[in-house]
Amino acid sequence: MADKKTITIAIMDAPYENARSTTTLRLIDLAAKRGYNINVFAYEGAVLQPFAAQTPHPNAVHGRSVEEENHFIPKDAIAALMREAEKNGGKIDWVNCGLCVDERGAANAIPGVRRGSPADFWQLSEASDNTLVIATR
Amino acid sequence: MPRYLLIESRDPFDSNDTRFCCDLARQLAAAKNDVTLFLVQNGVLPVRPGARSADLTSLAGTGVKVLADSFSLKERGIDENRLASGVAAAPLEIVLDALAEGAKVIWH
Amino acid sequence: MKTLSIVESAYRATIEEQDDTIVWIHGAMKGAGADLAVLLRGNAVNYLVQRQDAGGLVFGDWRQTQPPRIASDLAALAAKGVDICYVAEDVADRGIERNELINSAQPVARAAVGELVGRYDRVWYW
Repeated sequence: MADKKTITIAIMDAPYENARSTTTLRLIDLAAKRGYNINVFAYEGAVLQPFAAQTPHPNAVHGRSVEEENHFIPKDAIAALMREAEKNGGKIDWVNCGLCVDERGAANAIPGVRRGSPADFWQLSEASDNTLVIATR
Repeated sequence: MPRYLLIESRDPFDSNDTRFCCDLARQLAAAKNDVTLFLVQNGVLPVRPGARSADLTSLAGTGVKVLADSFSLKERGIDENRLASGVAAAPLEIVLDALAEGAKVIWH
Repeated sequence: MKTLSIVESAYRATIEEQDDTIVWIHGAMKGAGADLAVLLRGNAVNYLVQRQDAGGLVFGDWRQTQPPRIASDLAALAAKGVDICYVAEDVADRGIERNELINSAQPVARAAVGELVGRYDRVWYW
């Protein structure tokens, strides 16, 4: 196994708006499989990525039921990534920016998500081997 | 030797700011840094030969490694074996490797 | 670690947030002791223009009382010790005169961005 690293990623996009969200999860998945510690600082719309009230839906255009559609639900992907990281000896510390949570009414997040602030982002970054900012446009 | 990974997620058909990464890559390479440009998402759209790929080929000629995310290529039906000269397909692991090695990684 | 933040995104949600959220987060991080510098490029160079005025918006009977004041926020960041730079050609390309800008920002030539980037331990792009 590769040497254990700690990586911090800052993200800003709400789910379902941009390909950046998918690429971010791909990166986190790779890091989780390596057993890295991964800090995610979710800023602005990204605080909705782990929103617990997301629910799947059918797809009438394709004639698929809820089960058949098996729609991608970000909170479930994030929970799966948290399990993957733990399975490999790592951890995902997902920090939602608190003020961003408040203004979006996004407090209801999945377990494993905590509320934080820009100071947390700075401190996590200082304690990491590296930091990647994936800003929104 | 300081190492840089510039990640270009934008494409020249939609954005006129893709020159930022190319220009920065040239400057850094000229200063003897180890520089990789990694194209991801729509950033891979110019890699078909002739599809505004000249800048990428030119950049590769300066010693910058120009790579395109394999999944982004596949997603857009771009044949990995028919990329512009100087461009190679690569997995997203490249980004994680760079982060793990302490490279300066910039997402554009 | 010394960090350079390159800021390009401009006027994205500034009315709703009553701030530029990237300028704002840098103020918050500086308050937490961060060692930061900011390079404005692209449309974000317009943030340095002193006479920006986003005031006066009304939605029904809701009146915005705290519009963003981004030039002032950048000047405040500079006063706290954050180096504020901008790409000189991006200002010129937009027809902005240097005397329209806040005093506390320094120009950097486009051709010198690479050298600037090399001076910092980390580079973040917003």
